[in-house]
Amino acid sequence: MADKKTLSVVLMDAPYESARSTTAFRIIDAAVRRGHTVKVFCYEGAVAQAFVKQAPHANAVHGRDLAAEDHPNPKDWIAAMMAAAEAAGGKLEWMNCGLCVDERGVGEVIPGVTRGSPVDLWKGAEASDNTLVVPTK
Amino acid sequence: MAKYLLIESRDPFETNDVAYYYDLAAGLAKDGNEVTLFLVQNGVLPARKSTRSGALTALVSAGVKVLADEFSLRERGIAAARLLSGVSPAKIDVVVDQLEEGRKALWH
Repeated sequence: MADKKTLSVVLMDAPYESARSTTAFRIIDAAVRRGHTVKVFCYEGAVAQAFVKQAPHANAVHGRDLAAEDHPNPKDWIAAMMAAAEAAGGKLEWMNCGLCVDERGVGEVIPGVTRGSPVDLWKGAEASDNTLVVPTK
Repeated sequence: MAKYLLIESRDPFETNDVAYYYDLAAGLAKDGNEVTLFLVQNGVLPARKSTRSGALTALVSAGVKVLADEFSLRERGIAAARLLSGVSPAKIDVVVDQLEEGRKALWH
């Protein structure tokens, strides 16, 4: 096990829109499982990644009911990564840009998600050993 | 000498920006920096032999370490045996390894 680090990851993509989100989640997952503290700052559409009202749905076209479709919701992945971080002795801090949240009306989020401002992003990056920005197109 | 991690998620058949990113990797390596180019998502498509593969081969020759995300390769049905010489499959953990190391990381 490497020394515990603090890493910042900045996300911009809304859920269900880009493979970048999936890749970013894979990186975050790998980092928290090593016991690192990961600070995620979401802005623009990414603030909906942790929106609590995301709901799984059935797929009538393919004849699958809710259980068979097992539709993934990123809010659940975030919660699972938070749990994995805690189990590994680290922490996943997930912060949404408050203005971006208010613009989109997605203030209802899963437990553990906080809101902040670009100043908090800067402070987080300053306190981190490294920062990865995942830009959108 | 600095160390860089360049992540390329885009397909060179879709956007010419990829060529500029490859140029950046080559330029950094030419200046004596240690550079890893990590291909992910559709960025792995030129890792198999194609009309756009020459640029990646040139990067390998320039000393850039070129890695292709195993998961992205699997998603696209690209077997490791079909990768260009000098391009290696790698787990996403490599990104974490290099972030830990303190490399300057850029995503395209």
